[in-house]
Amino acid sequence: MELLREYLPILIFLGIAVGLAVVIVVASLVVARQNPDSEKLSAYECGFEPFQDARKKFDVRFYLVAILFIIFDLEVAFLFPWAVSLGRLGLLGFWSMIVFLGVLTVGFIYEWRKGALEWE
Amino acid sequence: MPVVSVPTILPALPEILTVCSAMALLMLGVFRGEGSTRLVSWLAVLALVLVLAVALARGGDRQIGLNGMFITDGFALFMKVLVLIGSAVSIVMAMAYNERERIARFEFPVLVLLATTGMLMMISANDLISLYIGLELQSLALYVVAAFKRDSAQSTEAGLKYFVLGALSSGMLLYGCSLVYGFAGTTNFAGLAAMFAEGNASIGLIIGIVFVSVGLAFKVSAVPFHMWTPDVYEGAPTPVTAFFSVAPKIAAMALFIRFLVEPFGALTAEWRQIIWFISVASMLLGAFAAINQRNIKRLMAYSSIGHVGYALIGLAAGTETGIQGVLIYMAIYLFMNLGTFTVILCMRRDGRMVEAIDDLSGLAKTQPALALALGIFMFSMAGIPPLAGFFSKVWVFLAAIHAGLYVLAVIGVVTSVVGAFYYIRIVKLMYFDEAKGVFDRPIGAEMQAILVVSSVVIMLFFVIPGPLLTSAELAAAALFPG
Repeated sequence: MELLREYLPILIFLGIAVGLAVVIVVASLVVARQNPDSEKLSAYECGFEPFQDARKKFDVRFYLVAILFIIFDLEVAFLFPWAVSLGRLGLLGFWSMIVFLGVLTVGFIYEWRKGALEWE
Repeated sequence: MPVVSVPTILPALPEILTVCSAMALLMLGVFRGEGSTRLVSWLAVLALVLVLAVALARGGDRQIGLNGMFITDGFALFMKVLVLIGSAVSIVMAMAYNERERIARFEFPVLVLLATTGMLMMISANDLISLYIGLELQSLALYVVAAFKRDSAQSTEAGLKYFVLGALSSGMLLYGCSLVYGFAGTTNFAGLAAMFAEGNASIGLIIGIVFVSVGLAFKVSAVPFHMWTPDVYEGAPTPVTAFFSVAPKIAAMALFIRFLVEPFGALTAEWRQIIWFISVASMLLGAFAAINQRNIKRLMAYSSIGHVGYALIGLAAGTETGIQGVLIYMAIYLFMNLGTFTVILCMRRDGRMVEAIDDLSGLAKTQPALALALGIFMFSMAGIPPLAGFFSKVWVFLAAIHAGLYVLAVIGVVTSVVGAFYYIRIVKLMYFDEAKGVFDRPIGAEMQAILVVSSVVIMLFFVIPGPLLTSAELAAAALFPG
């Protein structure tokens, strides 16, 4: 029980989050005037008339690009805190990141040679 | 500048070598093009043999590395040798098959190497975090190789199914890990062992152990977490099935044993009930569900579920002899399974794979050598003396009796009698039924070599049992210091 008490703030936070979400949804239902028409219910697309259904098939290549992007996005996410605190990490921290970058580079060379970066 | 001490990385040398060779081979393959598949495959086998030599040369002394995350001892060495043999043989088996099926890509041996790295890490894990990293590295590579024949709907279905259920099991495992950490305050196995040496576990911790066990039971495909096994084994390309049925299973079994015996050895009475149940359920399902199978790969899936049940008997005993029994069981299982899958890979008619059990009819008349080899493996799996499969079963049953688990031992004997029915039915088909046609020849020198070696090991184990028994004994003793 001693251990669980340390998690009490998280429980309180969870309660507030759930409570607030419920209050906002219910309040907008109760307070606002509900007068729906087809224009209001259609998807909002930057003020245009909606072009087509959002649930259409799209090219699998987008998926590939997204996956490749995430890897390098994460790489940058690791590099920022590493670069800021490099002075305190010492040589071990430096070389750990170099090894990590090396592994990623191997993957990058592979996808480049495989043609995964070319659209056609 | 504060000095961050460099962790000892030497105990992880086999893993580092494996992963470096995987990256080097990936580069070699991508620069030499698709024509280099054979070269990359053989180099991958060479790399695994090299890693095996390094692991053996480093020996089985207890060493802790990477700030307590990583451990090598006699137990790890024994399991690593089995996994490396399984992976290397699977790559050899896959070469000719992949070329004939037009899926010969150099990524296959690279993925097997990466999966092997994950397995070696699982075997050496000494912390919940390194346990998870190893498991995921292995699983991610395995999902891809399951769907390696990507033009086949069955193979992609196998890969997807394996991925979804594997992700589910990883989730449960992580949930269990978080509970264990939450109630114990440490993820390190040594720390956990010290904390629970008195056997004073709270209910939350027990629930954590149960969840981690569920995740691991998924990976060894023990009932009731076996649903993925028959579909994945049937759908995946045959050499991949052979690989799945040995190396990942041995690695997950090693992890299972280490996780339950090292940090939670004092809680044996608590986790024994779980292992007892999944062992009995696996043996029963393995024996009864296999009877009606018409596809040999599905049959082997149920057979492997049953074998996991027998191996878990030794873990349920939780004693040193029990663990020794599991180790002997897994070693002999490795050879039986590799041999059987080599025969299945030889089941080709007019250039196409056939997978029905009935296709084996009359094999003794057309290809007596192949029939003899499969007969040996089937008799060994059924547990007929003096073949190796008999001794592996005797060992776990004896351990169960010494631990006072009489019911478990009796159920084991009964289900192995039931299981003998479908193994021996294959022998009957081969020797007493009319031939349905001839399988394609020649079967290839490397396949013949695997068949000869594995059947000799199975047949002559009782003549020279010493090396395996003593090394398994040493390996089991490493888990029970003092």
